[in-house]
Amino acid sequence: MSEKLFSYTALFNTPDEIIHAAKAVADKGYTKFDVNTPYPVHGMDSAMKLKTSKLGFVTLFAGLGGAALALLTMGWMMGIDYPNVIGGKPFFPLPAFIPITFELTVLVATLSTVAFLLFFFFKLPNNRHPLHDTNYMKNVSSDKYGVSIEAEDPKFNLEEVKSLFESLHASVIEPVYFDEEEVNYKPKIADGKFLAFLAAVAIFVSVSAYTHLNYLLYIVPFNWMAEQGKLVPQSTNDIFTNGSSMQTPVEGSVARGFIPYAFKDKPDEAGKFLVNPLIPNEQNLAVGKNKFNIYCSPCHGYLAEGDSRLRGQFPNPPSLHSEKVRGWSDGRIYHVIVEGQNVMPSYSSQLSREERWAVVNYIRVLQRSLNAKESDL
Amino acid sequence: MGSIDYTQELSVVEGKPALRELDELISKPLDSKPDIKFYIALAVTLTMLTIGAIGLTASLYYGTGLWGNNNPVGWGFPIVNFVFWIGIGHAGTLISAILFLFRQKWRTGIARFAEGMTIFAVITAMIFPIIHTGRPWLAAIYLLPYPNQHSLWVNFTSPLLWDVFAVSTYFTVSFVFWYIGLIPDFATLRDRTSNKIKKIIYSVTSLGWRHSNRHWQNYELTYLILAGFATPLVLSVHTIVSFDFAVAILPGWHTTIFPPYFVAGAVFSGFAMVQNVLIFIRKIFNYEHIITMDTLERMNKIILLTGMLVGYAYSMEFFIAWYSGVQPEVFAFMNRAFGDYFWAYWIMFSCNVFIPQLFWFKKVRRSIPFMFVIAVLVNVGMWFERFVITVTSLSRDYLPSSWAYFKPTLTDASLLIGSFGLFFTLVLLFTKSLPVISIAEVKAVVDGSQPKHGDH
Repeated sequence: MSEKLFSYTALFNTPDEIIHAAKAVADKGYTKFDVNTPYPVHGMDSAMKLKTSKLGFVTLFAGLGGAALALLTMGWMMGIDYPNVIGGKPFFPLPAFIPITFELTVLVATLSTVAFLLFFFFKLPNNRHPLHDTNYMKNVSSDKYGVSIEAEDPKFNLEEVKSLFESLHASVIEPVYFDEEEVNYKPKIADGKFLAFLAAVAIFVSVSAYTHLNYLLYIVPFNWMAEQGKLVPQSTNDIFTNGSSMQTPVEGSVARGFIPYAFKDKPDEAGKFLVNPLIPNEQNLAVGKNKFNIYCSPCHGYLAEGDSRLRGQFPNPPSLHSEKVRGWSDGRIYHVIVEGQNVMPSYSSQLSREERWAVVNYIRVLQRSLNAKESDL
Repeated sequence: MGSIDYTQELSVVEGKPALRELDELISKPLDSKPDIKFYIALAVTLTMLTIGAIGLTASLYYGTGLWGNNNPVGWGFPIVNFVFWIGIGHAGTLISAILFLFRQKWRTGIARFAEGMTIFAVITAMIFPIIHTGRPWLAAIYLLPYPNQHSLWVNFTSPLLWDVFAVSTYFTVSFVFWYIGLIPDFATLRDRTSNKIKKIIYSVTSLGWRHSNRHWQNYELTYLILAGFATPLVLSVHTIVSFDFAVAILPGWHTTIFPPYFVAGAVFSGFAMVQNVLIFIRKIFNYEHIITMDTLERMNKIILLTGMLVGYAYSMEFFIAWYSGVQPEVFAFMNRAFGDYFWAYWIMFSCNVFIPQLFWFKKVRRSIPFMFVIAVLVNVGMWFERFVITVTSLSRDYLPSSWAYFKPTLTDASLLIGSFGLFFTLVLLFTKSLPVISIAEVKAVVDGSQPKHGDH
């Protein structure tokens, strides 16, 4: 306890006495005084000669701000930034905006009112006020009614205040001093506990943000390069004169690895002149089997018997074990894969040249399996 | 009866307890160790909560296919439960805000508790639409407008989005309202306690409140402003929930009576729930003279009134269906009362309309066992009301080829049980951790607590 006086206080037992006391103190011309009661006592505001609260204006302007914020935001999002016709409504459908406008008005108004009340009007949180932890505070927060006249009041005079309280028949009269430790306390940044707290908060925030963004939401910065700075075909750019990212090739250019097919619409010549470059071996037969099962078997069947798996949704092709196909040269079969035949389309985009020959080899294997030569036995 | 002097206002707190006694009584549950009854109750609610947690985990792991929702009944239990729990919350705001504006002093004893129940009910309710989105961890992306790679915004003309704003605003404002009410009580507890840790907690939560009249003046104004906002807010919330249905074009949903009908129903079920829980609270913690029989009787009168409002709405729906001459509308309502779900309809109708009529008798209004059973049945009826509205209309839509019967699954049931578990667990923890009656407000209405000849 220091000797520096904060205020002189008096406790009273009934609400009538405190109203009387508050009036007397206010009439004496004191301005820096306060009345502390466990609950709001009717008529105290006029007894203390308090001005009407200005808080209502905060609510009014915050509420109007909330309404304007809601209307402008929704109007911009739905009418300007991404205009979209929904349910035949106009781009600024006022009736449909009313519910959210109302809700945001209420939300902004109440939160601002409360924030202003606590942090601006009351200057809370304040646990370092000299009245805390005094006998006076313990009583007024339960069942007593107190008046406290601060020493800073220009009219403060210790003897006068004492005699005033005595003349009002206060039950307890006592001084309240500043707490020296609290007055001189200065928060230190480099305090161990404080730094540990900061570190804990930082770790918690980073870990939870990382987990949430990375594992649950996949949004920036953890979107795994879903958004890239590259030019995509339909976007515009300033590099080319026509402004398009996707350019047509220079006339006469040939794609890499492209070899023109010499036997277009000439099946007989293909059969005659095309020579299978692959000697059947385990490796290319495996490739042929794989590709045949993927691309050919849905219609031709796994054993090339024309037993389609498509259950009649597409015309069944003839068996590849027929006299005719067995009599064809490798080149002739290759030609069918390249160009297609009847309802069969070309498979030149699905199969590379090597793969086509591998498939031809595999077809030969299948054919031999049903019509084996004497020498195979 | 004739001897009552009507010129004198009756006291809402029986006897004339000293203010310090009130402090002790109200803070007793916070200062004493919980007894065996508390642990038994907590064990029951935690078991229910665990059942719900298992159902929820399974739903998240395997997906919403575990629920009974089908095509065309895409809403099923989650939406029924959502509307039910949001409705439960409404009584709290009605008691704390609307009755405050009407200067009904009897609200003081029950306001804090009812507000707490509002917050817990809204927390419980919010779970359901969020898990109903299917991938709740992405719910924020679905529901909130935020600048994104697709430059898309949420649809502000959809009632489902209005719901997001209404429910989250309702929760925030209710919570702030509740906390503002708690600040002076925290200060009182701070100055009472001799426990060091409690002292720190209460010092932080009371923000250093000093019971100063310079503060009380602004505080009371704020309370009035918040009550003034909470009143239209609570009406707007169930109105917007009813828009989820009423703005759709489904027969049986597309009616203009829905907003007032939903609000009345919400107050109805909410009061029943508050009454149920208060019966236990006043008994266990000896608050019979603060939460008086008169208070309970007044609540029962409100249950009777809102029950009749709901009954009026049920009848008026049938009248309008017939009077409009719209065939699908007539079909929808005949199907409700006499179709596949006739049992649900008649459970709803008898629990909500017939049974509360017993409250016309004063003896029933003042009998604890009677009022308890009636209020339980009211909540059964109100749950079935939401079931009837959601399921009957969806299961018989315009296209007969898509009709289907909705059958809830075990997972649905576990989530419903879990929601009750969560709500009552929160209520139980609340009774042991915060003052369930507003100390400052009750002190202000005790006889002799205000100046006798205050010239204000």
